[in-house]
Amino acid sequence: MQFGIFTVGDVTPDPTNGTTPSEHDRIKAMVRIAQKVEEVGLDVFAMGEHHNPPFVPSSPTTMLGYIAARTEKILLSTATTLITTNDPVKIAEDYAMLQHLADGRVDLMMGRGNTGPVYPWFGQDIRNGIALAIENYSLLHKLWREDVVDWKGRFRTPLQSFTATPRPLDGVPPFVWHGSIRSPEIAEQAAFYGDGFFANHIFWPKEHTQKMIALYRERYAHYGHGTAEQAIVGLGGQVFMRKNSQDAVREFRPYFNEAPVYGHGPSMEDFTRETPLTVGSPQQVIDRTLGFRDYVGDYQRQLFLMDHAGLPLKTVLEQLDLLGEEVVPVLRKEFEVNRPADVPDAPTHESLVAAAAAKVSA
Amino acid sequence: MTERTLAVVTGGLRQPSSSRLLADKLAAAAGEELTRLGVTPKIEVIELRDHAHEITDNLLTGFAGAAFAKVVETVAGADGLVAVSPVFTASYSGLFKSFVDVLPDGSLAGKPVLIGATGGTARHSLALDHALRPLFAYTRSIVIPTGVFAAPEDWGGDEGGGRLDQRVRRAAAELAAEVARRDPATVDDPFALKTSFEDLLAGE
Repeated sequence: MQFGIFTVGDVTPDPTNGTTPSEHDRIKAMVRIAQKVEEVGLDVFAMGEHHNPPFVPSSPTTMLGYIAARTEKILLSTATTLITTNDPVKIAEDYAMLQHLADGRVDLMMGRGNTGPVYPWFGQDIRNGIALAIENYSLLHKLWREDVVDWKGRFRTPLQSFTATPRPLDGVPPFVWHGSIRSPEIAEQAAFYGDGFFANHIFWPKEHTQKMIALYRERYAHYGHGTAEQAIVGLGGQVFMRKNSQDAVREFRPYFNEAPVYGHGPSMEDFTRETPLTVGSPQQVIDRTLGFRDYVGDYQRQLFLMDHAGLPLKTVLEQLDLLGEEVVPVLRKEFEVNRPADVPDAPTHESLVAAAAAKVSA
Repeated sequence: MTERTLAVVTGGLRQPSSSRLLADKLAAAAGEELTRLGVTPKIEVIELRDHAHEITDNLLTGFAGAAFAKVVETVAGADGLVAVSPVFTASYSGLFKSFVDVLPDGSLAGKPVLIGATGGTARHSLALDHALRPLFAYTRSIVIPTGVFAAPEDWGGDEGGGRLDQRVRRAAAELAAEVARRDPATVDDPFALKTSFEDLLAGE
């Protein structure tokens, strides 16, 4: 099982002292966080893509390319890549290039983006969100698998005798996840292609996740990629930890109360009960996270949100120390208990190359 | 005997509340009418004041908390709705509108709705037809023809009270007839897949 973090890349004032990091500070902090992910022995760093303030990461492959050069082991991913407003031709090229530079340590998570005004900045319309996600991904899928593509669709100019360069590393495209909070069409899309499905699993009740994963697993089996239990599932999660749970509660509360997504709404106690957010000791985080399996089954990837709501970099790095030293080693061990042998790990470049070779020799 | 559920939503903020009083009258009369039509009424009363914080939380977070989700389910799954708001500043109250705002899209579509309102003067009575009726037209509900407004004079004196009861009975009979002649309400599952992938790929 893979463990890692995902970051939105928001620039948010620290509510405890009113300071706001500059864009430069925040961008460098994201790089530092990615390096820390590797240092503490986690597996995945995934970053968002946004084109509006207060977010900084408009150019994920630039940042991931830079991080690739400064790390050796971690897998670099996105959360999410906007499959609606990006030209699929450019996604095919950018991420194939990144895949070469990072020696295969790359996968992607597709998402739609839910901010209406962003779409027209890229010549699109949010009312076509699902249709764009379906058509653009179908083209991207083809561009990575066919050397010469003739294509015609609804949303971009047709392609004739087009070859996306560079070709994917070793002829194997990056693995793709599809992320969605509550659009069954996206679970269906992931199942159709035999791709992974990632449930955001933060800020929302677990019942949403449970229903989406159940649909994805059922459809994954329907399309013949394996059994429902073998479908490739990823989950988000949100935690804040201190050795003593009361310290965690006291320290996180001012950030919770002012957080952009849920601040000024439910109490932290209500929100931790209603959503997967855990604020407490490492042991509480371990217990809660192990419980995720009860409602989604054995899964492949767990990403935590760690660096939002204005938390200072120093605090985030301390959180990553706790995650790497105290939480994830236990989770790795415990998630293996009673895990059926035929439940696969999340695909990596190496496993996909091996699978492709096995297919050729068969 | 068949059974039908009436959800009774009242937006009054005081205790006792005249909106609650009107809602209870409408619900009781509609229940009697349903019984007369051979239908067993099940009446679920929801005072929005009890859920004011949950409604605000839902607006801010985008989801209904577990306890409040049951209230939303009750309304979405009801066969008919009695909706009563006090008139605040020329319209339904903000709390009443916020509650309608957090109901899932389509959950009131095709549902018979009896609208009622209360106010400090009879001159507010047009709020029924200028505010509540268009609101429930937008939700694609079947707003029954008679809306009931209760002004202070309706609560006192034989003449006023008698007329209010007449209007209540007429509205309740219209609601009961609409509820009784329909199949039981069904609730849409937003997580159910409604389009096959082949159709999605084909742009349908």
